[in-house]
Amino acid sequence: MEKFNTVVSTVVPLPISDVDTDQIIPARFLKATTREGFGDNLFRDWRYDTDGNPKADFVLNNSEYSGEILVAGKNFGSGSSREHAAWAIYDYGFKVVVSSFFADIFKNNSLNNGLLPVQVSEEFLESIFEKVEADKSTKLKVDLVAQTISIEGTDLSESFEIGSYKKTCLLNGYDDIDYILDNKDKILEYEKNSIKF
Amino acid sequence: MGKTLFEKVWENHVVSSVDESTDILYIDNHFIHEVTSPQAFAGLEKRGIGVLRPEKTVATPDHNVPTINQHLPIREALSAKQVSKLTENCEKYGVNLYGLQHPYHGIVHIIGPELGITQPGMTIVCGDSHTSTHGAFGTIAFGIGTSEVEEVLATQCLLQSKPKTMKIQIDGELAKGVLSKDIILYIISQISSSGGTGYFVEYCGSAIRSLSMEARMTICNMSIEMGARGGMIAPDQTTFDYVEGREFAPQGESFNNAVAYWKTLFSDDDAVFDKELYYKAEDIEPMVTYGTNPGMGIKVTGTIPELSEITETGKKSFMKSLDYMGFKPGESLYGKSVDWVFIGSCTNARIEDLRMVAEFIKGKKKAEGVNVLVIPGSKQVEKQAIEEGIDKVLEEAGFKLREPGCSACLGMNEDKVPRGEYCISTSNRNFEGRQGPGARTILASPLMAAAAAITGKITDIRELV
Repeated sequence: MEKFNTVVSTVVPLPISDVDTDQIIPARFLKATTREGFGDNLFRDWRYDTDGNPKADFVLNNSEYSGEILVAGKNFGSGSSREHAAWAIYDYGFKVVVSSFFADIFKNNSLNNGLLPVQVSEEFLESIFEKVEADKSTKLKVDLVAQTISIEGTDLSESFEIGSYKKTCLLNGYDDIDYILDNKDKILEYEKNSIKF
Repeated sequence: MGKTLFEKVWENHVVSSVDESTDILYIDNHFIHEVTSPQAFAGLEKRGIGVLRPEKTVATPDHNVPTINQHLPIREALSAKQVSKLTENCEKYGVNLYGLQHPYHGIVHIIGPELGITQPGMTIVCGDSHTSTHGAFGTIAFGIGTSEVEEVLATQCLLQSKPKTMKIQIDGELAKGVLSKDIILYIISQISSSGGTGYFVEYCGSAIRSLSMEARMTICNMSIEMGARGGMIAPDQTTFDYVEGREFAPQGESFNNAVAYWKTLFSDDDAVFDKELYYKAEDIEPMVTYGTNPGMGIKVTGTIPELSEITETGKKSFMKSLDYMGFKPGESLYGKSVDWVFIGSCTNARIEDLRMVAEFIKGKKKAEGVNVLVIPGSKQVEKQAIEEGIDKVLEEAGFKLREPGCSACLGMNEDKVPRGEYCISTSNRNFEGRQGPGARTILASPLMAAAAAITGKITDIRELV
C-alpha cells in the first residue's frame, strides 16, 4: 500500500446521498481477477449512456472539475461489500473521499487501500459544496497527521476521526496482514485455549 | 454490569487488542465465492504465503453462475474464468469447494446453515455483505472486502474495530400474510438505509422468538440494508433443533456439550445497548419498496411520501430515485403492473419460501405476460423441492424451478431484468441497475411476489389468503 501524505487538491463534487457501491461499480464489471483497471467503469451507469457515450451532465465528464478529492452526499458507499468500489475510486485517481457519513464496510475497504475516507459534519459538507459551486478552483487541504480538513483561502476547517492504528498504517503504507503475522504466537495461543465441544 | 450477546461472542474471539477501538478477532468460519476471492489469493501468492487454516474456509461459486444447464460449460467467458480460478485456488491451497453440480452447491449463505457449518457463538465472515444472514444463529457474522478475505486466509484472524450495539425488539403477533421479510422491510423503512451504520444489531421480542430459523435468517440477512455491520438473534430451542443432526454440526455427546454452551449466549437483563428500538408486530403490514434503496419502503396500502415531507438536502436524491423508478410523489403502488417476478436470493430462497409460494399458487395460473424466475438457494433446496412436488406445482402455474445461484438479485449472470421493466423481487436490494441496467426493482416478501405473479400487478396478499 502507498504511503498517505497530506493532500491539497481541487475537488469533484457529487452532491447525492446514499450512493451505493452498485453505482460506484456495477456488478457486471466485477468479473476481473486482478485489482487494476476498475477506474474505467467508476460510476459507469451515471457516467455513460447505453451506447457507451459520456453523459454530459455527469460531473466526471465535466472537464471543469478535477482533482484527487471526491466529495459526496451523506451515506456514501452503502450496500455490497465489494472492495472493487474502493479500487475503482482509487484507480480513477482519487486519494480522499469526503462525506458526512460512510457505510462501514466501504470505510474499511478504503483504509485497506490507501484511500482516506474523511467524515465531516453536514454543515461543513454543505460549505464545501457551496464554495466549489461558486468557484471550481476551490481547494481542500487534508492533513492526516493533524487529522484536519480545511477549505483553502477560508478559515473553514474541521478535525476528523481515525483510529490510531489505521492512521499509522496509512502514514507508513503498512497493512493488517503484516501486523497480524507479527502476532502469530498469539493466534496459536488462542487456538490452543479456544472452546471445543 | 451485564453483557450483550454481541459482547459475549466478540470477547470470546479476541486474540489481542490493537488500539482503543480495534481488536484482532479470531474467525471460526470463512466462506468464499468466485467474485471477491481471486485478488485475495493473488495477494497471498505475491507475499509468498499460504492459507493458515484451510479447513476453516469453505468455497462455492454462486454470484455469476447460470441457473440453467449447470452441467454444461459456462458460456460467458469472464464468469467461466472466475469460476475456474476459484477451483484452481481451492485445489492449490487445500480449501473445500462445493462446485457446480455438487450436491452441496448453492448460495454461500444458504449452504452454511443447511450444512450445519453455521453454529451459535461463532465468528463467520465472507466477502459478501449478506454474511449477516448467519447471525440468526447467535453468531457474529459480517461481510468483508477482498483485502480482508486475504487477511483471513493468511491469518484466520481479522483486525476489526468494535461496533456499537443496538437492540431492536418486536413484540406481538404477525397478521396472516405478513412475513419476516415484511418485518425487516418495515424496520428499514423506519430507520432508513443508514440508520444502523456503526452498529451491530440484536433482534429480540416475542415476534422474533415465534419465527422459524429460516424466517430469522431473512431478517438478519437484511441487517446490512440499514447499514448495520450485522444482526444477530440469541439461540434458543428452535436454533438447537435446526442445527441438530446436520452434516457438520457437533454430534452426540459433543452436541449436548455445545448446547450447554450455546444456552449461555443471550444478552443479560442488565446489559446496556448503545441504542434501543421497539416495534409492535401488529403495526406491520405487507411491504413494498418504491425507490432505489431498501429504506424507501411503504405498506402496500400506503402511498409514496410527498416531496414536502422530504428534507431539503434529501429532495434531489428522492426525485432522482422516483424518476428512475417512474413513480410520482404521493402515489400508491397498489394495482401497478409488474413485468417480472424474481423469487430467490440469499434472503428468500430456502425451502420454506418455496413451500409458501407453492401452497399459495397451487391451482392458480401465472398472469399473461409476466416473466417469473424461481431460483432455489441450493442443490439441497432444489432436491427437497422436487421431492415435495413443488417443481410440479410451479410448472402447473406456469413458473419454472431453475438451478441454484444468486441470479437476478444482482444480474451478474444471464438472469437480468430488461431496462425500464418492473420486477417484484424477494431479494434484498433495489439499487439502480441492480437487477440489470435500467431495471426497476420492487422488494417484497415471497408471498407478495407470488401474488403479483398471479394477478400481474402489485396486490395485497391479505386479500388472497
